[in-house]
Amino acid sequence: MRPLLNNTRAIRHIRSYTYKTEPSKYPGHVPTNCLQKLFLAAGSGIYSFFNPRRGDLIATLGEATALPPLMYRLRDVMLSDPTGRRILRERPRITSKTLDIAALRKYPANTVGKVYSEWLDLEGVSPDTRAPVRYIDDAECAYVMQRYRECHDFYHAITGLPIIIEGEIALKMFEFANTLIPMTGIGAVLAPLRLKPKQRERLRTIYFPWAIKNGATAKPLINVYWEEVLDRDVQELRDELGIEKPPDLRQLRKLKISHL
Amino acid sequence: MASRISRITGVRSMRPMLYSLNAKRSLSSTAVKLANTGADAKPAPNGNGNKGTTHFGFKDVPEEEKEILVGEVFSSVAKSYDIMNDVMSLGIHRLWKDHFVSKLDPGRRPGGEPLSILDVAGGTGDIAFRMLDWASDVHNDHQTKVLVTDINPDMLGEGKKRSLSTKYADGMCTELRLQRIRYDELTYHNIEGSRISFLVQNAEFLDSVPDNSQDLYTVAFGIRNFTNIPAALKSAHRVLKPGGVFACLEFSKVNFSLFDMVYQQYSFNVIPLMGQLIAADRDSYQYLIESIQRFPDQETFAQMIRDAGFETSGPGYENLTMGIAAIHIGVKA
Repeated sequence: MRPLLNNTRAIRHIRSYTYKTEPSKYPGHVPTNCLQKLFLAAGSGIYSFFNPRRGDLIATLGEATALPPLMYRLRDVMLSDPTGRRILRERPRITSKTLDIAALRKYPANTVGKVYSEWLDLEGVSPDTRAPVRYIDDAECAYVMQRYRECHDFYHAITGLPIIIEGEIALKMFEFANTLIPMTGIGAVLAPLRLKPKQRERLRTIYFPWAIKNGATAKPLINVYWEEVLDRDVQELRDELGIEKPPDLRQLRKLKISHL
Repeated sequence: MASRISRITGVRSMRPMLYSLNAKRSLSSTAVKLANTGADAKPAPNGNGNKGTTHFGFKDVPEEEKEILVGEVFSSVAKSYDIMNDVMSLGIHRLWKDHFVSKLDPGRRPGGEPLSILDVAGGTGDIAFRMLDWASDVHNDHQTKVLVTDINPDMLGEGKKRSLSTKYADGMCTELRLQRIRYDELTYHNIEGSRISFLVQNAEFLDSVPDNSQDLYTVAFGIRNFTNIPAALKSAHRVLKPGGVFACLEFSKVNFSLFDMVYQQYSFNVIPLMGQLIAADRDSYQYLIESIQRFPDQETFAQMIRDAGFETSGPGYENLTMGIAAIHIGVKA
C-alpha cells in the first residue's frame, strides 16, 4: 500500500529531527562542519581585524582556516624529520609551568634560553597559556597547531622581532613562508591594511623580502625541539636553520629616517 | 563560597575574565560535549545524599556539581547578558517579556492592597523593572514591591547597578537624591524603603522568604537551570499566599516540525558562534542552548506545575513565537 502523504520519509525526518554532531576526537574538540567553519572564519576575521587585541579570535581564525591539506602537509614535514617525529611522539607542551623563566635568565649570554628570556623581559610578556586548539578535526593536526602556537614566542626571540604589530606581521609572513599555515598568510596580507603608509613601506622594502627569503629557504622551524636547544648559541642555531637576523625594528622606528 | 568552589573545581579565580582563557578552563575541562546522549537525568535515589546525577546541557553531572557549573556560566555571561539576549533572540526577548508582564497585569487594584512580588532567578532585573513600571504607570501603584532573588551574586550585581539609575533605587540613594529633585517628583519615590530589593537565594529553598508571603512569583528564563525543578515548584507553592500566582516564562518546544529544524540549526550553529565572537565564551552559550533542548515540553511542564499543587486554567500555558518560548501560569489553591 502506498504510504500516506504525510508520512513520507522527508516528513518523518523533519518530525524526528534532533541536532546531532560528530563525537569529539580530543579533549576540548568542538566538531564543526564546513559551513560552521566558514562562519567562524568570517566572523572571527572581521571581529579581530577591528579589534586585534582579541587574541582568542585570532586563534579561532587560525583553526577555522586550517585547511586539512596544508595541516597534513605540515604534519608530514614533521614526520619526515627525526626530531619532528620525536616531538610528535612525545607531544611536549610549552607553558609557564613547564618553562622556568627565572632559570633561563641565568643562562650564558647569546644562548637561546637567555635571548628568549631577555626578549620576554624587553617586550614585557610571559609564556601565558596559549588558547587550546578546538576546531581542528584531527587530533594529530590539532597538536601540530598547538605546538606552532606555543613556539611562536621562540620564533620572535630567534628573529628578534618585537611584539608591536609591525613585528607581528613581519613574523607572520616569515611563518607563512616556512609553515604554509593559511592564517599566517591571511594575517600577513590583510593586517598591513591597518598600518600607516610609512610602516607599510618598511614592511614592503625590508621585512617582507627578508621574511619570504628566509622563511622559504630555512629549515622548518616546527621541527626544532626548543626545550632541548635552550643552552645552544643562538647564532649557531640560526646558521644551522638558515635564518638571517633582520634589522632591529624598534631601532628603525626610533631613527625615523625619511626613506625608511 | 569562592574558596569552596575553587577547591572543588580547581578554578583559581572566580572573576569572569573576558579575554583570558584561564576562567574557561573549568568548563572545557568538564568538556561540555555536543553529543546528544539521548538519556534523561537519572533520578536521585530516595533518602539522604545527592548521589544522583542530573543533566548539564547534554552532559550528565553529579547533582551537587550542576549548581556550581551553572553558577560559572552565569558569572561569565553576566556582563554581556543583554547583548547576547538581543543577538540570540534577535531582540524578540523584549517582546516576550513585555507580553509576560502585561498578561500578569501586576498592580494594586482599587480598594486592594499593594502587591508583594518575588522574582526568582531574576538577576539583571529585566522583569522586576517592567513590573514596577507597569504597576506605577497603569495602576498608579507606587507601593508594590519586588524582591529579586538569584543564586548568582554577579547577576544580582548587574541588576543592582541598573536599579540605581531607575526611580526604584535603594532607599539610601533615594534620600541622597531627594535634595536635588523637584517637589512633585517626591511622590514617585518610596521614602520609607526601596521598592526593589536584591537577595542571593537558592530557588529550591528560598530560606529567607517566609511562607504565604508573596502575591506573585515570577521566574523568567531561569527555571531550566535549576538542578531540581520539582523542589523549586514546591518552594514556590510554599511562599505564595493562597490565591497567589505562579508565572514562568521559559524556552520550550517548538510545535511546528519544520520550524523546529530551522530553529535547532540556528541555535547550534549561530548562537555559540556569537558567544565566541561577542563574549569570548563559546562554552556558556553552548550550555544555554543545550539546556533549552533538555527542558521538558509544554505539556510535561504544565503537569509538573499541577503536581506541585497549583491549579491551572485550560492547558496551563501559552506559546510565544510558535513555541520557542512559553508562559506557564498556575494559581495556589
